[in-house]
Amino acid sequence: MKSPPFEYKRAEGAEEAAALLNELGSDARILAGGQSLLPLMNLRLASPAFLVDISRAGDLKFLHIDNGSSGASPLHVGAAATQRDVEMSAHTLRVAPILAEAIANAGQVPVRHRGTVVGSIAHADPSAEVPAAFLAQGGSVIAQSLGGRRVIPSEDFFDGVFSTVLEEVELVASVRVDEWPEGSGHGFRELSVTAESWPVAIAAALIHITDGEVDRASVVLGGVGSTPLWRPEAEAILMGSDAGAEAIEAAAEAAAAGLEPPSDTFGSGAYRKKMARVLTRRALADAAERAGAAERAGGKQ
Amino acid sequence: MNTSSHEISLTVNGRAVEATVESRLSLADFLRRELGLVGTHLGCEQGACGACTVLVDGRSVRSCIMLAVQADECELRTVESLAPGLAMHPLQDAFHKHQALQCGFCTPGMLLRCLELIEENPDITDEEAREGISSNSCRCTGYQYIVDAVVEAAEQMRQ
Ligand code: FES
Ligand code: FES
Repeated sequence: MKSPPFEYKRAEGAEEAAALLNELGSDARILAGGQSLLPLMNLRLASPAFLVDISRAGDLKFLHIDNGSSGASPLHVGAAATQRDVEMSAHTLRVAPILAEAIANAGQVPVRHRGTVVGSIAHADPSAEVPAAFLAQGGSVIAQSLGGRRVIPSEDFFDGVFSTVLEEVELVASVRVDEWPEGSGHGFRELSVTAESWPVAIAAALIHITDGEVDRASVVLGGVGSTPLWRPEAEAILMGSDAGAEAIEAAAEAAAAGLEPPSDTFGSGAYRKKMARVLTRRALADAAERAGAAERAGGKQ
Repeated sequence: MNTSSHEISLTVNGRAVEATVESRLSLADFLRRELGLVGTHLGCEQGACGACTVLVDGRSVRSCIMLAVQADECELRTVESLAPGLAMHPLQDAFHKHQALQCGFCTPGMLLRCLELIEENPDITDEEAREGISSNSCRCTGYQYIVDAVVEAAEQMRQ
């Protein structure tokens, strides 16, 4: 099918985009890569009256590592940076390899050539890879409105299925992904019925180990709730442990406890819940192995 | 609802094109209807199948979920550019030889994606070709013949 009619506006910068949103009100949507929005419009599941295209906005097309004040150097991704560029960047591999892995699992290469990281986060699909990885590593969303910018911590950003705390007159200008200290490792696992279908469940995890003990952990599940779900209960179990098989099994069990995932053609709620546990276990095992290797390498220096 | 038109200028298969397009016109429909380049096929029109794949500034994209107005100032390549004369492109020859097409519906998109794969990776292996073409659906061939064709075409193109 074809999209219903709408009016296209191109914004040359973030301020102009915010001014357009302000002027056009709730009938306007931001268009970046369009790889989620345009299919929805072709299916006539969405019919905004205006699209504000930011894919050419010069001040939103960037990807770099910020010099953080506290010694940590976050990865900073502009709203017009494509998934493929972020996935292949040495900056991403250094600061947020979990994000590169999540992108590699998200959509097809031709879709990633146009789709953006920020767009995927703002779209807030609870089954999408990029939001889960972003939430797991932690960071912030920089929202632009006509009045200026505000910073929203990643853990406060998602508030429902395809829904965020963003105001109607705001757009996401960029996201910052926090850097984790040396001695950290990540794991990202997903299960899909076929290589190309939507994931049944996703687990994204990071662990930091000092002197053989976990002193920081993060576990996030995708596809099993109305947002990517942060699992502090699992983190609490890992803290102070050796990240061995027993601790990981207990953490995986805690991560899946209390979930009530939706059912659809790709899997029942019960199956999703079971897979959430299995994927968490595997993601944590990957994270522990990488963190252990990073710690050993750090210790030798 | 009235939607205004937009002036765009772009390069399509080496030729400069200027046009006026409606906001909602997809790049695929622009190529097919306005330029008559009907080699670009439309299957799902929702970004899933890859039949509509074209190269925009050298990168494969789904032209059904890109707007024509977004192609302003871009350089496009469609399947029509592969064999401008009578001689086929080595990739087309390899598809022919290996029976990498049956109904041919997926073929234009498949060819452009395969061309990109070979250009990125001239020593492409079976495995890499298989992974690479997972972006495009083919309901006829079972993919193996396409993989064979890609690997052989890459060999030919290296020489
Ligand atoms: S027609 Fe564009 S991806 Fe199927
Ligand atoms: S040849 Fe028929 S779909 Fe590929």
